[in-house]
Amino acid sequence: MPDENAFVRTTISESAKVMPAQLTSAMEIRSMNAYYGSFRAVKEVDLTIYDHYITALIGSSGCGKSTLLRALNRMNDLVPGARVEGDVHFHGTNIYADDVDPVEVRRRIGMVFQKPNPFPKSIYDNVAWGARVNGYRGNMAELVEGALRQAALWDEVKDKLDQSGYSLSGGQQQRLCIARTIAVKPEIILMDEPTSALDPVATLRIEELIQELKERYTIVIVTHNMQQAARASDFTAFLNMDEDRAGRVVEFGRTADIFTKPEHEETENYITGRFG
Amino acid sequence: MTAGEFPEGPQLDAQINRRRRRGAYLRISFLASLIVAILALLTLLFNIVNSAFGLVALESEVAPAALVEALGLDTTSSALVDLSKDDLVAVLRTNVNNNVGRRLERDQRFYDDRLVFETQTKWDELCGRAVDRPAGCSTGARGRDDVYALVIEQIVQPKVRETWLLFDSIFHRAGIEERAAALYPSADLVFRSWLSVDFVTSPQSPQAEVAGVRTAILGSLWIVGVTILFSFPVGVGAAVYLEEYARDTRLNRLVQTNINNLAGVPSIIYGMLGLAIFVRVLEAFTSGAAFGGVEGSVTANGRTVVSAGLTLGLLILPIIIINAQEAIRAVPQSLRSAGMALGASQWQTIRAHVLPNAIPGILTGAILAVARALGETAPLVVVGASTFITADPTGPFSKFTALPIQIFQWTSRPQDEFRNIAAAAIIVLLVLLLMLNATAIVLRNRYARRV
Amino acid sequence: MISILTTIGIVVVLGREALLFFQTKEVSLGEFFSSTTWEPQIFEFGIWPLVRSTLMVGFIAVLVAVPLGLATAVYLSEYASDRARGLLKPVLEVLAGIPTVVYGYFALTFVTPLLRSLLGVSLVEIFNVASAGIVVGVLIIPLVSSMSEDALHAVPLSLREAAHGLGATKLEVSLRVVLPAALSGITAAIVVSVSRAIGETMVVAIAAGAAPRNWNLGKDGLFSTVLNPFISGETMTGHIVRISGGDLSYNSIDYDSVFAIGLMLFLMTLSLNMLSRRFVARFREVYE
Ligand SMILES: Nc1ncnc2c1ncn2[C@@H]1O[C@H](COP(=O)(O)OP(=O)(O)OP(=O)(O)O)[C@@H](O)[C@H]1O
Ligand SMILES: [Mg+2]
Repeated sequence: MPDENAFVRTTISESAKVMPAQLTSAMEIRSMNAYYGSFRAVKEVDLTIYDHYITALIGSSGCGKSTLLRALNRMNDLVPGARVEGDVHFHGTNIYADDVDPVEVRRRIGMVFQKPNPFPKSIYDNVAWGARVNGYRGNMAELVEGALRQAALWDEVKDKLDQSGYSLSGGQQQRLCIARTIAVKPEIILMDEPTSALDPVATLRIEELIQELKERYTIVIVTHNMQQAARASDFTAFLNMDEDRAGRVVEFGRTADIFTKPEHEETENYITGRFG
Repeated sequence: MTAGEFPEGPQLDAQINRRRRRGAYLRISFLASLIVAILALLTLLFNIVNSAFGLVALESEVAPAALVEALGLDTTSSALVDLSKDDLVAVLRTNVNNNVGRRLERDQRFYDDRLVFETQTKWDELCGRAVDRPAGCSTGARGRDDVYALVIEQIVQPKVRETWLLFDSIFHRAGIEERAAALYPSADLVFRSWLSVDFVTSPQSPQAEVAGVRTAILGSLWIVGVTILFSFPVGVGAAVYLEEYARDTRLNRLVQTNINNLAGVPSIIYGMLGLAIFVRVLEAFTSGAAFGGVEGSVTANGRTVVSAGLTLGLLILPIIIINAQEAIRAVPQSLRSAGMALGASQWQTIRAHVLPNAIPGILTGAILAVARALGETAPLVVVGASTFITADPTGPFSKFTALPIQIFQWTSRPQDEFRNIAAAAIIVLLVLLLMLNATAIVLRNRYARRV
Repeated sequence: MISILTTIGIVVVLGREALLFFQTKEVSLGEFFSSTTWEPQIFEFGIWPLVRSTLMVGFIAVLVAVPLGLATAVYLSEYASDRARGLLKPVLEVLAGIPTVVYGYFALTFVTPLLRSLLGVSLVEIFNVASAGIVVGVLIIPLVSSMSEDALHAVPLSLREAAHGLGATKLEVSLRVVLPAALSGITAAIVVSVSRAIGETMVVAIAAGAAPRNWNLGKDGLFSTVLNPFISGETMTGHIVRISGGDLSYNSIDYDSVFAIGLMLFLMTLSLNMLSRRFVARFREVYE
């Protein structure tokens, strides 16, 4: 292994090293294909998302990371012409089965997007919105406070809960979006490049936050940033495009293994910065 | 971590089902609203067609067959409609009194070479006058169809006793026949299409049975002609200026806001503006007086085609400007730079590159604006459309009426027959508008293909 | 610039004649705005009878057009497939392209008889404000729906995705995120449509009646006259058309009075349009 990997090796997440031997799976993806019209964007994916761990999806631009991620909570249903084949098991049920309602899937598997997208409502209403539509019967103020605390935003906004979500900085907005997702008490949180629109300081805060959230949630995160994947995740899946431009999972394993001793040359080329 | 306060298990299923159902209901009600709007349109069209055709009970003052018989012709082989012009004039001469006959002849003579009701000496005297010369002195002779219309109007005088809607005429025919037989024993029950070639080619008349929209159509065309002549060059000029020359100064921004605001001013306000400016202040020009002698019968004040056309021109000017601006903005900047780079002046560039590319868009917008002008009623009423004229407009300084005005006036009459011809006139207007819109669509498609 | 001239023209013309009107000794500004009788023969010029009918037509029209137009817009923007949209939108455009005089005909020959047969001939007069208001409402549906649809369309996809991601149904996304987010744009649409309804002329001239409805509160009570939509009542625009349609002599008080009404109408619609522009500007600010 060439020396340029030394940096990556030393920054691998601590938790990855003390991983318990026994793993339970949260989601099992089995021979999944995703299409936009006739174009196959993701091909034959087999992947396991482990409970209470952070799984990172990496790969070059346009290789289908977002498509794969969005297939995990049926967000692709919203895109006209998009469809998914194969199975995605969540607690033993296939979320694409006929009798499963995508609304329930999305409540249990939440999503945070690349660009912060708070609703044009107050901070409080942003957090409370999802809980309201989902029929939350408990104390709303407590729920909102709890979610904002978990998202490490409470201290910054507790005095201006009735101000617009747009009045916050980009990083705060993204944490607001995370709080909003947490408030409906999902089991899994999907994050699509949640820090790519933020400055380094805000990025760091979100990364710390993700580590804290791991205690309670299973997280799948798409990132372009190798160091972020290495720092923040326990497992990593590397996707690459075929000749027909369909993305497939080249290699999946513990982050430590992927970054130190990748089995495939493609993976090694990618993480060491030699593209193609 | 507990999710206890959210519904779970069967409760969750029930809750989601409930939300789904609510979604389905509302979705249906949204669609229903759209359908209501479409139904309104269909009802409106049906309502018009329903009135424009249908049975009428027609009672004539004099039976057409009797007139033919009086000429000594065989009623089985020849009908009134088939008679020659000479026969028809003969019918007129025997059936109308001399006063009426003379009036008709003064309006327009029957033959170029001889007089029917007037004596030659009287005629020469009338036509020798300086003022109040009858129109008949300067116009050509009546055609055969015109004479036929006179016979019907003056002698046969078919009176519509009652009219029925198309729907009833088809589905309740038996009942109608019964009623007509009981109430109007001597009347003929005939199916009548109020919309007919005669209707389009006949002049306005106080009698619904013979009234037509020729006067109104010509009036509309004249007005719209003036409107286009005024607003198209001015509108396109303004748009070019605003898009290509105007800098982003306060004044120009003000002009832009102003144009946008003008587009929202109610049309009747334009009518009042037209009344005050074109009809009153500029009366000397809009009445034609400033341009020398105008035929006495035409007009004496500013309530003319020009005033109406200019008023509508002001009305559609903002629309034309806004549409033209959009078309010009759509021309790629690279074309402009290319022109300038070749050393062309700004105006040369605009003329050679910008305008040719923008013209289809400009035209489309202008046609739609003209369609708007064609349907406008309120401003014309205010500017002073004539309540009743039978003479076709002959130029920009004529008194005017217009198709929508005619519809308005006929609709306001209480008698059923006028409703019928109003409906027929509406169909004529809608067909004209349809043709304009079709042109615009063709233009737009051709444009879309080229780019 | 012709456009500026037009504006100045409108203001000057309306203003001058209106001024002349208020200078005549029979009328005063105070009376104009306080009297509830419009009776030019006896020199009573109170604007309220005309304003009443105008506002009532506007109100009924908005009552018809806003729910229908808004629901149509939500359907077209959130639910309809591209093909359905391509098919349905032209229908609305046709509705918008029909001349208003035709709507007037429709009001008088269809809606009025319908109302009369539904509610009783004794209750509904031949000329009535309700029928005119309903038809004006139909006439402005395309305006409400196309402006609202533009506003709904401008709400970014990311907000819809966020809401779906929280486990909301399509309806909840549409009504509880997209609609509120487009609210200022929709408000603009409603305000513009009010202005359009107030300025609408031919429908009311044909169907609403040709006599100002004076307020006889003492005799008839509030509900049987002033607030009764089923009796005739002339609107501001209807009055202008009727008076100036005849052979009006230029220096009569009637002529001037019409301009005073016109000025008031102009100011009302102008302020509504400017208000609407405000809302649109605010809407743009948020999303661009
Ligand atoms: N809505 C869509 N319709 C059609 N094709 C799409 C759509 N969204 C994505 N694609 C295509 O699917 C492929 C995968 O896209 P995807 O967004 O999943 O890539 P990605 O790995 O997330 O890229 P990036 O790193 O740039 O976000 C690309 O070729 C893209 O062009
Ligand atoms: Mg992506």
